[in-house]
Amino acid sequence: MDLLIAIAIMALGALVLGAALGYAAVRFKVEGDPIVEKIDAILPQTQCGQCGFPGCKPYAEAIAKGEADINQCPPGGDEGVRKLADLLGKEYKPLSAEHGQEKPKAVAVIREELCIGCTLCIQACPVDAIVGAAKQMHTVVESLCTGCELCIKPCPVECIDMVPVPETLETWKWKYPVIEIKPADNRKAA
Amino acid sequence: MLQKLFKFKGGIKPAYNKQQSTGEPIARAPLPSRLVIPLHQSIGGTPRPVVAVGDKVLKGQLIGEADGWISAAVHASTSGTVTDIGPYLVPHPSGLSIDCVVIEPDGEERWIERQPLDYRTMAPEAVRTYLQQSGVVGLGGAVFPSHAKLTPSRDVPMEELVINGAECEPWITCDDLIMRERAAEIVSGIGLFRDLLQPKRVLIGIEDNKPEAVAAMTAAVQAAGEPFEVQAVPTLYPAGGAKQLIRVLTGKEIPAARRSTDLGVQCFNVATAWTAWRAVAHGEPVISRIVTLTGNVDKPRNWEVLIGTPMDELLPLASPRNDTDGVIMGGPMMGFLIPAPDVPVVKATNCLIAHSPTLFPPKPPEMPCIRCGECARVCPHELQPMDMYWWSRARNFGKAQEAHLFDCIECGCCAYVCPAHIPLVQYFRFAKSEIWAREKERKMAEGAKERFEFKQFREEREKAEKAEKLARAAAAQAAKKAAEAAAAGDGAPPEASPAADAEAAKKAAIAAALERARAQRAQVQARNTENIPPDKAKEIAEIDARRQQAGLEPAVGTPAPGKEA
Repeated sequence: MDLLIAIAIMALGALVLGAALGYAAVRFKVEGDPIVEKIDAILPQTQCGQCGFPGCKPYAEAIAKGEADINQCPPGGDEGVRKLADLLGKEYKPLSAEHGQEKPKAVAVIREELCIGCTLCIQACPVDAIVGAAKQMHTVVESLCTGCELCIKPCPVECIDMVPVPETLETWKWKYPVIEIKPADNRKAA
Repeated sequence: MLQKLFKFKGGIKPAYNKQQSTGEPIARAPLPSRLVIPLHQSIGGTPRPVVAVGDKVLKGQLIGEADGWISAAVHASTSGTVTDIGPYLVPHPSGLSIDCVVIEPDGEERWIERQPLDYRTMAPEAVRTYLQQSGVVGLGGAVFPSHAKLTPSRDVPMEELVINGAECEPWITCDDLIMRERAAEIVSGIGLFRDLLQPKRVLIGIEDNKPEAVAAMTAAVQAAGEPFEVQAVPTLYPAGGAKQLIRVLTGKEIPAARRSTDLGVQCFNVATAWTAWRAVAHGEPVISRIVTLTGNVDKPRNWEVLIGTPMDELLPLASPRNDTDGVIMGGPMMGFLIPAPDVPVVKATNCLIAHSPTLFPPKPPEMPCIRCGECARVCPHELQPMDMYWWSRARNFGKAQEAHLFDCIECGCCAYVCPAHIPLVQYFRFAKSEIWAREKERKMAEGAKERFEFKQFREEREKAEKAEKLARAAAAQAAKKAAEAAAAGDGAPPEASPAADAEAAKKAAIAAALERARAQRAQVQARNTENIPPDKAKEIAEIDARRQQAGLEPAVGTPAPGKEA
């Protein structure tokens, strides 16, 4: 008899807890994959496609699924890889050479006297940073350009250059304090 | 009028070295051979140049127009010719160049028409705009446009107006001298600020190591019959920091990430009050300022210097000694070595200290932090510099921010007392600028993501819209055809479903287009064979005949047959 009561109590407990879990699974269902959002937040959003995926979000999804490595994003640079490694608990690895190298930030500039107004670059720009219309000169909105270089290839007259962004008083940064290392014999003399 | 003074935590008492440069009155510096006037001299937008190369300008003429509300105008410091507008080195720790207007003085010092302003009859808004156009900015060092600070808050009543004459940094005496010599005009300027802000009390704080300035200001206040309170505050670096002086005079402690105006307090430097009064009462914009020349020199003194004067023309006035190996702009605590000897004096230049290895011996090498806590004891903002240093050094910026890095005023007390000689402030500056840059990058990335997503959405929408439009046009055509068929008396109109109809119409349209294109091509193709002379026509006919004989088209690269003919 005791045995039966014990089984009944355990079964009841299992039922109640199971129902609670089942309810919670429905009530607190997680929409989408939050890890994708977190990865996407680390990626630089240049949408350049150098990683081999059509944009940052698809790359984030591929990383989350384990289909892509974390070192395929040159604009994110070394620091981006480190952040991704931190987030995903993976081993840090240097940027993969086949996807390109980290470059200083540059923006596309259209040589306006050469532009024929073909609109191909406008269609190629992933972030709508080029303004212009058919048979009208185009120009790049510098503050919106992410430097993805996707507009360079489609241009039939090769009138787009990547110009590195010069340092200004607004973008200048204090450098990391460097400790001067003096030769040992100097120190002995002192 | 004795009033209870308050204290701030921490602070240090470095060697003040002020007596050297207070021995002689302010003198006017001679006109330099050229003036390099940076357009960006205050916090906020860079003024737009309103003169062109070759223009003749008058002393006090507007050369840079304020760009936005947080920005102040820039003026020609003397009369002469604009010889260049372009990037020149400026006194900034970065050593970068910014756009400057270069003026070659004509030596005549011809002023623009100067008119005193009866500000009491004007709307406060108009007075603020006038001060902005006169280029009045905070001369204590931060160069924040003063008119923006003279706008009273809508929700917090203005309690106290604090006038900062503390001048706590060693070596600097420009505020001391201006208070001694020009107290009456400073008091009038404070009156102007009072009228604009309507505070309940006006407090003038001066460190007690400047008894002459305290006496001069007290006398001037009494002579003007104003109810301002002149207070000698204990000499303790950094008592001249705005938040510290407010604390000492009013007992109010400004919380992190809040402004003094949130507590009903506003703070101005004495020299700012003087320039504001010159602008209002004499119509003179800010074209000069008092600069202390001191340090490793034989004749330290305060000079009234035109903005834009190259420092290498100014410093010889003080006869720097032979072992001078650099110039510090600002004080020894918060100043920096200028990147080149010929950078111009700007509105923020309060002091130039000739640097020599004997006067400022090089810092011993940095040693590991032993967490002695000395820095926390002297920090006037009650921060924990050792923690901020720890996280900044490790580039863990999130943690550095949690340690209230952004409340740091970079006064340098912590680095001054550090027994391990760690350049703490450098680490804090590095971390701050790194965090700002990241914040900017993050905002930029967010914007890029938004635009990218919108572009994708738009492309989808356009595709859908196009398909819908096509379907609608096809349906209309099908309906028209059906109607025509019905009109022709076919009897039973085809009752096909609209989808099939659309499909058929689409196919028909494509076929028609193909047909049109083919016809067009046929029309165009033969154009170069028309109107040719008979001998050429014969030649072509022969070639065609040979081609047919060979039974194939000539391969690419084979010499065209019939060339010999």
